[in-house]
Amino acid sequence: MTAGNPHLFEFLLRQGDNALVLGHRTSEWCGTAPALEEDIALANTALDLIGQTQLWLAYAADVEGAGRSNDDLAFLRDVYDFRNVLMLEVPNEDFGRTMARQFFFDAFQVPWLSALQNSSEQRVSDIAHKSLKEAQYHLERSAETVIALGDGTELSNQLMQTAVNYLWPYTGELFGEDDTDVAMHSQGIAPLPASMRKAWNDTVFSTLNEACLTAPDDPFAHTGGRNGVRHTEHLGHMLAVMQTLQRSYPGATW
Amino acid sequence: MYAQSIKSTGKSVQSLEEMSPEDRAFQERINRGEKIEPKDYMPEGYRKNLVRQIGQHAHSEIVGQLPEGNWITRAPTLERKANLLAKVQDEAGHGLYLYCAAETLGISRDEMFEMLHNGQMKYSSIFNYPTLTWADMGAVGWLVDGAAIMNQVPLQGTSYGPYARSMVRICKEESFHQRQGFHIMIAMAKNGTTDQHRMAQDALNRFWYPSLMMFGPSDKDSVHSAQSMAWKIKMNSNDELRQKFVDETVPQAEYLGLNIPDEHLKWNEETQHYDFSQPDWNEFNDVLAGNGPCNTERLTARQKAWNDGAWVREAMMAHANKKAAKKKATTQVAAG
Repeated sequence: MTAGNPHLFEFLLRQGDNALVLGHRTSEWCGTAPALEEDIALANTALDLIGQTQLWLAYAADVEGAGRSNDDLAFLRDVYDFRNVLMLEVPNEDFGRTMARQFFFDAFQVPWLSALQNSSEQRVSDIAHKSLKEAQYHLERSAETVIALGDGTELSNQLMQTAVNYLWPYTGELFGEDDTDVAMHSQGIAPLPASMRKAWNDTVFSTLNEACLTAPDDPFAHTGGRNGVRHTEHLGHMLAVMQTLQRSYPGATW
Repeated sequence: MYAQSIKSTGKSVQSLEEMSPEDRAFQERINRGEKIEPKDYMPEGYRKNLVRQIGQHAHSEIVGQLPEGNWITRAPTLERKANLLAKVQDEAGHGLYLYCAAETLGISRDEMFEMLHNGQMKYSSIFNYPTLTWADMGAVGWLVDGAAIMNQVPLQGTSYGPYARSMVRICKEESFHQRQGFHIMIAMAKNGTTDQHRMAQDALNRFWYPSLMMFGPSDKDSVHSAQSMAWKIKMNSNDELRQKFVDETVPQAEYLGLNIPDEHLKWNEETQHYDFSQPDWNEFNDVLAGNGPCNTERLTARQKAWNDGAWVREAMMAHANKKAAKKKATTQVAAG
């Protein structure tokens, strides 16, 4: 079926890998968050994202029709076959960067999933519908946290600004456009990511403003994640950890 | 169990006749099976013991996140990863209920954290053992949660209302966790490859005796139990629960095709129980004294998380205060 619609497969990997990679990074916080309530909330977010991963990658595996499962796609592909945006694979660093990244992603996901509900592909629409509720809740929480930490103390403002500055050049990739995006658009499966720009800007600028933070005035955007051309060095380390059992004991059932 | 080294006042239990009228009325309420609630009269010793016990239990839940958290990023499938993460999240939730229960006794969560971090308060010895392979996620669920349930099910009937109620919720989740752990063991020991079976046996070898230690020292060496039992904050003796655990676990190990690492383990027709070897109590004392394999790692991880998160907690507080001040100013302007 990939032969019939390789762009759909590629599109589904992008959705699934975003959820997988961010879910993994978020799960790294388990047991070490700044407060017990945050620990529970981060685990919730990670769980939602892992759940979304299962749906997107199962769909991708079906579309591919090569007999692979969602676990095969998650645990047995190497770096160059991953299709997540680079922003999601960079290390957590601290709670500030973790939450700022979550916020930048959520601000994209809410309008994006909202639009995907109208997809011409029923299964895309169904997954988007289910995931949207989670993304809305994530956005509410990540925006509130960014505001609280930006506004909180001099130190927290400084740390949040550092996080925003670091992440900013990675945000542009969310709006990338290539043959896959054009194909999805023309088939009515998904809108062009660039059409999310206005909604994202509105959410991000108003939130940063309330958080006493400023967006860097530089349109430069790193690319290479969503098309798999050039990931960061961090992804390989993440996969080395994540895939260790599947790689070390091929064929075992867990 | 999760509170296995509770030192009480050390005084022997008073008879009803020896008690002050208030203490007698209190003990009679307990004897009648009534629940004690936060605002009710309670002897200072009862309060102190409960703070230590619930505090240790709460600390055990959050330190207990670490050995399992160690495998979340390496879970072998998406489903296993989600299950493990959900489990560890439940433990954080248990910590939260228990800290809240302890707070009703007049101590704050921050104070308890401080006492954990400076070593004044303990957590269960079991969490000072390392988790080395994925089979340990099975063994921890099966044995450690299994042992915890043995103790926590009766604690649902403990005399202190908030503790008893938090235990009801915790027990439901713990039995789910135990099943989850057992399923990992089935996948590896019964249905798995030779490597997986070997990992499962190795996990049982390493976790068997530490699990037996979870019930605390033998009754003959447990000097503080009598008062706690009279107060119904401890419901069964250590040896009684340990025996029950062994009796229930041995057939499960047989089902899995795993060997319990005890050459003296034998069914006793006369007692209708298994005879088994005691764990190495010197090792237990070493672990309690801070010399377990992972004491330093666990405590350091907790301290680091707390210290690294200080700026976040301070910022959240500062932001909340600013917001409250702004709201107050707006209300005053509106009223004026």
